Amino acid sequence: MKARIRITLKNGVLDPQGKAIQNALGSLGFAGVSDVRQGKYIEIDLAATDEAAARAEVDRMCRELLANTVIEDYAFELAKP
Amino acid sequence: MKTSVIVFPGTNRERDVADVLAAVTGSPAQIVWHGDSEVPQSDLIVLPGGFSFGDYLRCGAMAAHSPIMRDVVAKAKAGVPVLGICNGFQILCETGLLPGILQRNASLKFICKDVWLKVENTQTQYTRRYNQGEVARMICAHGDGNYFADPSTLDRLEGDGRVVFRYCDPKGNVTAEANANGAQRNIAGIADPTGRILGMMPHPENAAEPMLGSVDGRKLFESLLAA
Repeated sequence: MKARIRITLKNGVLDPQGKAIQNALGSLGFAGVSDVRQGKYIEIDLAATDEAAARAEVDRMCRELLANTVIEDYAFELAKP
Repeated sequence: MKTSVIVFPGTNRERDVADVLAAVTGSPAQIVWHGDSEVPQSDLIVLPGGFSFGDYLRCGAMAAHSPIMRDVVAKAKAGVPVLGICNGFQILCETGLLPGILQRNASLKFICKDVWLKVENTQTQYTRRYNQGEVARMICAHGDGNYFADPSTLDRLEGDGRVVFRYCDPKGNVTAEANANGAQRNIAGIADPTGRILGMMPHPENAAEPMLGSVDGRKLFESLLAA
């Protein structure tokens, strides 16, 4: 089973990297970019076959290591191979 | 006084801090590898600066989960003073021993320069030799020192006197211009409620000899002796 995890900054948390990307897009001539927020995407291959167990495990991975919930939100989906 | 300095892959200031500890305490610091499971008996544990695990995922995130940190957290909770400098501060936040997180500098640039810190709390184990409101000159060297916590956490830190150092100008004015990295409320260092755990971004160990341009950081280590 494969977990696809997205980690994004919480609303209200400043994202200086997103701002820099927004500025770079502007200087490349892309007009009308009103905001940019950047984050992380992580794929994990799991040995687990039971979806509920995999979901619980990935959730714990996110809370304990992959995301820092002080500033980040996480979301994930599971896909069978 | 026995001291231990924890070394992770990518740590680079362990000798700087061990030098100062040896000079101040009169006995050499014990260097402890991250893969060990136990910190030898110590009156102070230091998590030094550097780029542990290449700052992968988030600064300090990998180090916070390395084997030695289980014992560091346990000893910290049992009352052993723990000082986290720069990457060490990031690690302390990632373990949850201190609240908040260090984000990318607002400027997105790595900052390596002298900074001035206002000493806001002289009751901690690390600041007893300073005067209230004293301005200390230390050195910054970091890319992720922008302290962030939610407003209620910040209010709690302020209310409990846990903001120990703030970025200021050389005269002690806490201004936006003097804020090295965009940290909320100019926070450069915070303590736990007991004052035994301190995390700070600037390097007191690099401001501990006249040759380095400032000796203001040395008092932080001397404070530990002044029980």
